[in-house]
Amino acid sequence: MSNIFSDLITALPEIFVLGMAMFILLLDLFLKPSQRGLIFWLSQLTLAGAATITVITHTPAVSYAFNGMFVDDPMADALKVMTYIGTAMMFVYTRHYLSLRGMFRGEYYALVLFAMVGMMVMISGQNFLTLYMGLELLSLCLYALVALDRDNPRATEAAMKYFVLGALASGMLLYGMSMMYGATGSLNIAEVGESLMQGAPTYSMLILGLVFIVAGLAFKLGAVPFQMWVPDVYHGSPTAMTMLIGSVPKLAAFAMVIRLLVQGLYVVAVDWQGMLVIMAVLSIAIGNVAAIAQTNIKRMLAYSTISHIGFLLFGLMSASMNGFASSMFYVSAYVLMTLAGFGMILLLSRQGFEAENLDDLKGLNQRSPWNAFLMLIVMFSMAGVPPTLGFYAKFTVLQAALEAGFVGLVIFAVLMAAVGAFYYLRVVKLMYFDEPQDTSPIDAPTGMRVMLSVNAIGLLVLGLMPQALMGISAYAMFYSIQ
Amino acid sequence: MTMQTIYLLIPMLPLIAAVIVGLFGRQLPRASAHWITILGVGASFALSAYVFMHALEGHVFNGAVYTWLVSGGSAFEVGFLIDKLSATMMVVVTFVSLMVHIYTIGYMEEDPGYSRFFSYISLFTFSMLMLVMSNNFMQLFFGWEAVGLVSYLLIGFWYKRPTAIYANLKAFLVNRVGDFGFLLGIGMVLYFLGSLDYAAVFSVAPQLAGDTVEIIPGMEWSLMTVICILLFIGAMGKSAQVPLHVWLPDSMEGPTPISALIHAATMVTAGIFMVARMSPLYELSTTALSFVLVIGAITALFMGFLGIIQNDIKRVVAYSTLSQLGYMTVALGVSAYSVAMFHLMTHAFFKALLFLAAGSVIMAMHHDQDIRNMGGLRKYMPVTWITSLIGSLALIGTPFLSGFYSKDSIIEAVKYSDIAGSGFAYFAVLAGVFVTAFYSFRMYFLVFHGKERWMEAKPHHAHHDDHADDAHAHDEHHGLAPDEKPHEQKWVVTLPLVLLAIPSVVIGYIAIEPMLFGSFFKGVIHVDQAAHPAMSILASHFHGAAAMALHGLQTWPFWLALAGVLLSWLFYMKRPDIPAAIKSRCDLIYRVLENKYGFDSFNDKFFAAGSRCLGSKLWQTGDVKLIDGAIVNGTARLIGRIAGVVRQLQSGLIYHYAFAMIIGAFLLLTFFMKV
Repeated sequence: MSNIFSDLITALPEIFVLGMAMFILLLDLFLKPSQRGLIFWLSQLTLAGAATITVITHTPAVSYAFNGMFVDDPMADALKVMTYIGTAMMFVYTRHYLSLRGMFRGEYYALVLFAMVGMMVMISGQNFLTLYMGLELLSLCLYALVALDRDNPRATEAAMKYFVLGALASGMLLYGMSMMYGATGSLNIAEVGESLMQGAPTYSMLILGLVFIVAGLAFKLGAVPFQMWVPDVYHGSPTAMTMLIGSVPKLAAFAMVIRLLVQGLYVVAVDWQGMLVIMAVLSIAIGNVAAIAQTNIKRMLAYSTISHIGFLLFGLMSASMNGFASSMFYVSAYVLMTLAGFGMILLLSRQGFEAENLDDLKGLNQRSPWNAFLMLIVMFSMAGVPPTLGFYAKFTVLQAALEAGFVGLVIFAVLMAAVGAFYYLRVVKLMYFDEPQDTSPIDAPTGMRVMLSVNAIGLLVLGLMPQALMGISAYAMFYSIQ
Repeated sequence: MTMQTIYLLIPMLPLIAAVIVGLFGRQLPRASAHWITILGVGASFALSAYVFMHALEGHVFNGAVYTWLVSGGSAFEVGFLIDKLSATMMVVVTFVSLMVHIYTIGYMEEDPGYSRFFSYISLFTFSMLMLVMSNNFMQLFFGWEAVGLVSYLLIGFWYKRPTAIYANLKAFLVNRVGDFGFLLGIGMVLYFLGSLDYAAVFSVAPQLAGDTVEIIPGMEWSLMTVICILLFIGAMGKSAQVPLHVWLPDSMEGPTPISALIHAATMVTAGIFMVARMSPLYELSTTALSFVLVIGAITALFMGFLGIIQNDIKRVVAYSTLSQLGYMTVALGVSAYSVAMFHLMTHAFFKALLFLAAGSVIMAMHHDQDIRNMGGLRKYMPVTWITSLIGSLALIGTPFLSGFYSKDSIIEAVKYSDIAGSGFAYFAVLAGVFVTAFYSFRMYFLVFHGKERWMEAKPHHAHHDDHADDAHAHDEHHGLAPDEKPHEQKWVVTLPLVLLAIPSVVIGYIAIEPMLFGSFFKGVIHVDQAAHPAMSILASHFHGAAAMALHGLQTWPFWLALAGVLLSWLFYMKRPDIPAAIKSRCDLIYRVLENKYGFDSFNDKFFAAGSRCLGSKLWQTGDVKLIDGAIVNGTARLIGRIAGVVRQLQSGLIYHYAFAMIIGAFLLLTFFMKV
């Protein structure tokens, strides 16, 4: 009996968020449209509560629950807290946008919270099936969210694409997992790792499984050649949903990579290292080059995401403790940058107008010097200009790759980052040196403006003082990976 | 409040003030620009004075306050080294800066760039403080470059004037040359001594004193000599030593308050300060010291000559600054670092005073800077007159005044030194005394005594002697209307003059004993007594400040200075026809001086034109054809083409995407399946 209690306590954050999400869904039925603000605050309260539980129950020790299917380790706690923070920021950014477009409804909040439970399960999954369940919960919520604006043909098209391709990727992942099961006889990640350690089963079966698992993960991350969905879905979804797809789920995907490849399949590290190298190089190249040809900011940011994922893979492919920690640092930096980038698009949008095209940023400095300055920081950070957070993030992953001996690839990545700087700096040029096409005043509530300022200035401050975030990443990795 | 907080506050307050005024100056009321910055700098001065008192008790602080990053074993950090040397500099910098801030209220009263100016000078104060408080080469270089940047901004403050733009570009480029040497020096320190931290470097350096490096294969050079000379090249740029002095006279294009603050009292002395700070390194290389000595001696004498023929009031003072910087460098060369610092301090006070007084005269003359158009101002501007006289007397080394103690100590130190070049240097500094007295009092007589020449109708092209053709661009430069009379300035202008005149008189008398012969710089400035005994001989001859002054009345420098003053009185008050006659007789010498020994034209013809020519060749073949044509546009075209192709791949059709995923998975399988 006591065993079940301790299991429940280990998974308490998930249980709490799930309960709250259901409560919100029910409560929404009884609310008048004017009372919807309550839902917003209740969702924020849920996040704060989950964060409190996670922080209070945190220990450096690793504890397992539900017969080893679920794990609570420092990495899980750190990533979950980042997920809560990212989601909370997203709620602040999207509220106004959604209410202008008739999507400020209980379903949105419930779906996002369900998706977050999915992410949390992915972060804490210690069994192929748990991980898969988390992934599916997240994905299904995301498909629904993209299509939340039912009458918008572009959004429904994006949702359809995302769904079909996502199903394909899930199939691949599941197939790879079944191969692994066949090779090792277990679904538990720790057991898989141990059994691989003791003796190689059929090697070709192992590699077959590995390729499909990597493909499934690469789809979730959006690495080349599994990136095709990214631009179309980013572009087609309502910006609020794009913001969600592009930001926090990457934390969960990162955790899943660590669980599967590092904790489970470290024995075949040489093989997955090679796969990651190929995907990293292609992602950086294609992401940066294709972004140049874009005229739509959301598409541009989609390709920018692909290149960021390439950099993230640089840290992972080093297959060292340092590399994993710097990847974790990179992914959290990426989430903050993405939130700020899309936050700016949301800020510039208004009733009946989507600030989607690069031309909409023209002359922003004349319309609002402060917001132009914030966007400047965000762009500099994405491009990796010191002293922003983005610089430090790139610096640490490349340093890890350098230590692992990938000298040529690091030089290539730096050159590609220079190519990438072009399209980020183009945004700066448009904001500061071009005449505005759109001169209407910026209509955004104070909360959102403050959030954006904090977010962008945070990129600067964290770039100047990266030790805290780096410390958390190193701590989480050190205590979670043996 | 802990001492560390105070140390941090001292540079931060001016920075904060600069940022507030710089960013929001246009929104805030005009007066707030000077209130905010004066408050920042004033508080910084008060704290510096407190820190100085604290340091006097023997407290030394050396530590990092912020680490930016650690890379490959070297930490890049912000750290402070607060000892008597830096505390002295902090007090001098903040005091002069405060005076200049107050003075600016009057001088820039009608300027449209009022708040911008205050923001710049506060930023300058921050940069200079970071430079002097640093405990490592990295931050030293930051401060070094930051003061250079602010200097550039301020020389070109009136950015609509072509001459100002020319001057600030020149200052920037010439300083680049010096900074290149400086950076190489820092690089060598890091490479050979393994650290950028002063304390670590100084403790390692003696063990490497005998080491040699081979820069050109086959030539062995002493490591310390190379490092010291490279660092000194940086100092030559910043402290305007021959041949990198050319930017300083032109920098007078900037507003007068910054000429006083940056180009006389503080920034240009950064090189002197740096060498004094590095004394443990310089003591290891007599060759480098000789190099320093000779460069300083040349600057001290030959730049003084140029002061004689200048007619722009600010340029006279500028050449006098060059010459005095030469004196300080000479003192460094004979290992009398404390004397150099002493002269730096006294010079900061009286030279800032002279510049501000010149500015007051310029305001009274409605921005006519030609001393030939002045005269007889004594009656109209009593405060400016008295303070100018005090400044000039201090400058030429009148016994009991501050300049006497510092300059005489330099001359004595050179006399007792026996390193190579000291004979020439002794001659140069002695002759320099006469020249200094002559041009200083030439200016003084022409401005304050004699006929009131501004009454006469005068040609409008006469100011700015060597850029006369640009005069049309100076829309504010009018000079007095014929029926106007000059008048004394407001208290914000005269108060700093008076406050600067006080230390100009007394600081030498008070400070000489502790600073030069007491234990003031003990443990801070390192002198190898056995190899360079000049300072200890000097100490044995010293019997108190009053005795020194009385003894000074019977020595060569005093009579030379007196001769200079009398000669200028004869030439410019009594018999104005003599200089004209000399001018026509010695045409060649006059022209050499007029052309400033040809440094400028040589630089223009050789370096500027040469590099433009080289540049255009490189541009045409290398840039246009190779880089632009093949590499840049070629790459851009290639990337554009690839981007187009990638865009084609992004067809929007779902089965294409699914197909790409499956192909991708298959390719990975093919690569990694080894059956």
